[in-house]
Amino acid sequence: MTYKAWEGFVPGKWSDDEVNVRDFIQRNYTPYEGDESFLEGPTEATKKLWDEIMELSAKERAAGGVLKADTSVVSTLTSHKAGYIDRELEKIVGLQTDEPFKRSLQPFGGIRMAEEALSMYGYQIDPGVKEIFTKYRKTHNDGVYDAYTPEMRRARTAHILTGLPDTYGRGRIVGDYRRVALYGVDYLIEQKQKDKLNMDGVMTPDKIRDREELSEQIKALSALKQMAAEYGKDISKPAETAQEAIQALYFGYLGAVKDQNGAAMSIGRNSTFLDIYIERDLKLGRITEKEAQELMDQFVMKLRIVKFMRIKEYNELFSGDPTWVTESIGGMGVDGRTLVTKNSFRILHTLKNLGPAPEPNLTVLWSKNLPAAFKKFCAKTSIATSAIQYESDDLMRPEMGDDYCIACCVSCMRVGKDMQFFGARANLAKCLLYAINGGKDELARDKKTGKPLQVSPMYAPVLGDGALDYAEVISKYEQMMDWLAGLYVNTLNLIHYMHDKYSYEALEMALHDTNVRRFFATGIAGLSCAVDSLSAIKYAKVYPVRNEDGIAVDFKIEGDYPKYGNNDDRADEIAVWLVKTFMNKIKSHYTYRDSVPTMSILTITSNVVYGKKTGNTPDGRRAGQPLAPGANPMHGRDSSGALASLESVAKLPYEYSRDGISNTFSVTPASLGKDD
Amino acid sequence: MTGKIHSFESFGTVDGPGIRFVVFMQGCPMRCLYCHNPDTWPLHGGGDYTAAEVAARAVKYKSYFTGGGGVTVSGGEPMLQAEFVCELFELLKGQNVNTALDTSGVMFRADDVHVYDKLLSFTDLVLLDIKHIDEAEHIKLTGHSNKNILAFARYLSEIGKPVWIRHVLVPGITDCDEYLLKLREFLSSLSNVQRVEVLPYHTMGVVKYQKLGIPYPLEGVLPPSAERIKNAGEILKLS
Repeated sequence: MTYKAWEGFVPGKWSDDEVNVRDFIQRNYTPYEGDESFLEGPTEATKKLWDEIMELSAKERAAGGVLKADTSVVSTLTSHKAGYIDRELEKIVGLQTDEPFKRSLQPFGGIRMAEEALSMYGYQIDPGVKEIFTKYRKTHNDGVYDAYTPEMRRARTAHILTGLPDTYGRGRIVGDYRRVALYGVDYLIEQKQKDKLNMDGVMTPDKIRDREELSEQIKALSALKQMAAEYGKDISKPAETAQEAIQALYFGYLGAVKDQNGAAMSIGRNSTFLDIYIERDLKLGRITEKEAQELMDQFVMKLRIVKFMRIKEYNELFSGDPTWVTESIGGMGVDGRTLVTKNSFRILHTLKNLGPAPEPNLTVLWSKNLPAAFKKFCAKTSIATSAIQYESDDLMRPEMGDDYCIACCVSCMRVGKDMQFFGARANLAKCLLYAINGGKDELARDKKTGKPLQVSPMYAPVLGDGALDYAEVISKYEQMMDWLAGLYVNTLNLIHYMHDKYSYEALEMALHDTNVRRFFATGIAGLSCAVDSLSAIKYAKVYPVRNEDGIAVDFKIEGDYPKYGNNDDRADEIAVWLVKTFMNKIKSHYTYRDSVPTMSILTITSNVVYGKKTGNTPDGRRAGQPLAPGANPMHGRDSSGALASLESVAKLPYEYSRDGISNTFSVTPASLGKDD
Repeated sequence: MTGKIHSFESFGTVDGPGIRFVVFMQGCPMRCLYCHNPDTWPLHGGGDYTAAEVAARAVKYKSYFTGGGGVTVSGGEPMLQAEFVCELFELLKGQNVNTALDTSGVMFRADDVHVYDKLLSFTDLVLLDIKHIDEAEHIKLTGHSNKNILAFARYLSEIGKPVWIRHVLVPGITDCDEYLLKLREFLSSLSNVQRVEVLPYHTMGVVKYQKLGIPYPLEGVLPPSAERIKNAGEILKLS
């Protein structure tokens, strides 16, 4: 098979008979080892467009966070007419609705949430839409609540399971948007049709669902073409120029955000792919460097204004209004060549041309083998903008290969080959309190009896007022984790079944291989708090202080104890044990659709909210105080300097936490040494 | 043997080259008015560690020392526990770790140099803090004469031990062109100075004084201006 659009590209598996973007990249990209001196500033058009966006942003802030919201048109790929910021100036077009900064109405996750979000900002949902989604069209949220067990509801109320994607879109699925540019939509439809034909045989419920989903995917691809046509663009065939490639790729992503209001809507690993098109155009004299940068600037500009209609609590949970449009940059190839190209520089340079911004979440896949000039440029850009995220390519590449991307903050998936069922978090600090209190919540009360809420089945609590015995606590903690892991996995099984059923990501999944690998992405919160609590029980004397119901609501600590975050094996070994133990318990359960269980130790900001719902802990932390983010040591307890703190975190076994480990770390420039 | 240690810093970036594991020794005879670590003054207190324990702690970070980094022993005044530091440095040199000694030199006795020869033989770099070049001012600032300190500087020059000179710039005390020029003159007489660092006085130590209930001697003194820091740097820079 060949297209005129592919002239100048080295053919291979990717052009023979399979969709294989990695193969295309490997055969055609140009590694770049030079420095940033080739980069260009923004064009007049870019500056003018960005000024207009800044003006809209100011208006949006003045309006209390939302400038405009659609109350009647349900967002689909083709629901809105074309929208522009300034049509004459835009090199890359496409908005979520027919106007910039107008948020779309996305009720498939849950109609109540959509309605509530609107009313919080002074809008009222169209009664017709409300009627349809309450009477005739069931949502994901309704499905989940129809099936939830009383125990699941209790765990949710007490916040031992938190942030579950049961009222909002699960997100975290990253389509391979590059496929739209490289192959054109018609070819992708053809391939999916072939897959559907091959999916034959005994019609088990699983097979029926697979066939139905494939049909949905094909319809979504057709709708994507139609969406592009609304903007006067034809994406049925492969992109011929860099501008067309960026446009087609962006349309793929735009379709995804019109379809889904996911918790994290990441975009993949695109800059080096796009570099191939830009290099070809530069060689042919079709564009100049200035124009190449303009395309990237304007592409990024579009990613910066992706917006969703969300309730205020959601923004509180995440300290802002994040979309996690994560773009993964750089890294090394498995053949030893760097995947850094000139376009890796260009996309980071948007931080200078447009000014720093948290979105898209530009994430450099860091390897010690990256070209020195690129490392320096990253450091300079970080110093100037504080807007780059770094993740260890050396750690992820051995397992994931060299065409994976990051979803959200730390979750890695092979682009177009892996998807994940996002699973929020189980609170292990609270679980320890449950072990001590026999599964009664230390804060929540039963609405009917007014007594402490029994969340788990009635387990034997730790009795008496004597110092807590480490062996007893550990054995009860293991039992409680057994219960929690089982409940957690089953809750997620149910949630994801319903999400597939009522809010299936047809377009994103159309941009995956049909035979996709699914991750079952669980997570834990409160790691360092639980570890320090156990260390206190083991190395100091911890006495429970009980309330009138006999619940240990506070702890008296006598003596000192080693704390996680000081590179002290006594504490760090407990952390390693805890991560392994909980993950092994997760693994022992059935996971939906043969998904591969993974775990993350990741909370960037939500640890504050989780802490609010967790009582006094045996490490001395007071009720309501934040848990540490991700795998961080508890605030202020890492007293041996930065490396000791980082080394403690680095001991956590990545094999047991493949969905990622985060450590939030702030430094002042002066603490990194002197300038010369 | 054991040493009395105030604390450790695993990510030292301002006390010598590269990334350094810094050991802050407990105890100091000097009472510099601008001292930002008054909690290291008393000879008692701190934790007891053997040299082997400290070496084992430091060596955990060896992979970070590739850019010229290593271990710095600071304080307090490390020369108060010279034997301990000597044992520690010997262990570290055995593992090929770069060693730096951050000292005021106040313990030096020109008539008894061999006490230091062994320690210096395991020391790659001396970070020598010259508090004030003027004898009378030095006594006012630190409670001690600077004679031994300057003698130590000359001794290090004689034996060819690499030195970084550090000088705290305090408005009204050391930030005065006359003194800076005099210091420059002294440094010019030495042959082993690899670098001169001007450390602008800062007020981050004030909190510690409050906690310890000691009146802060430099109440009201502000950090030097950027212009004065630049000036001092130019006067003192290596020619």
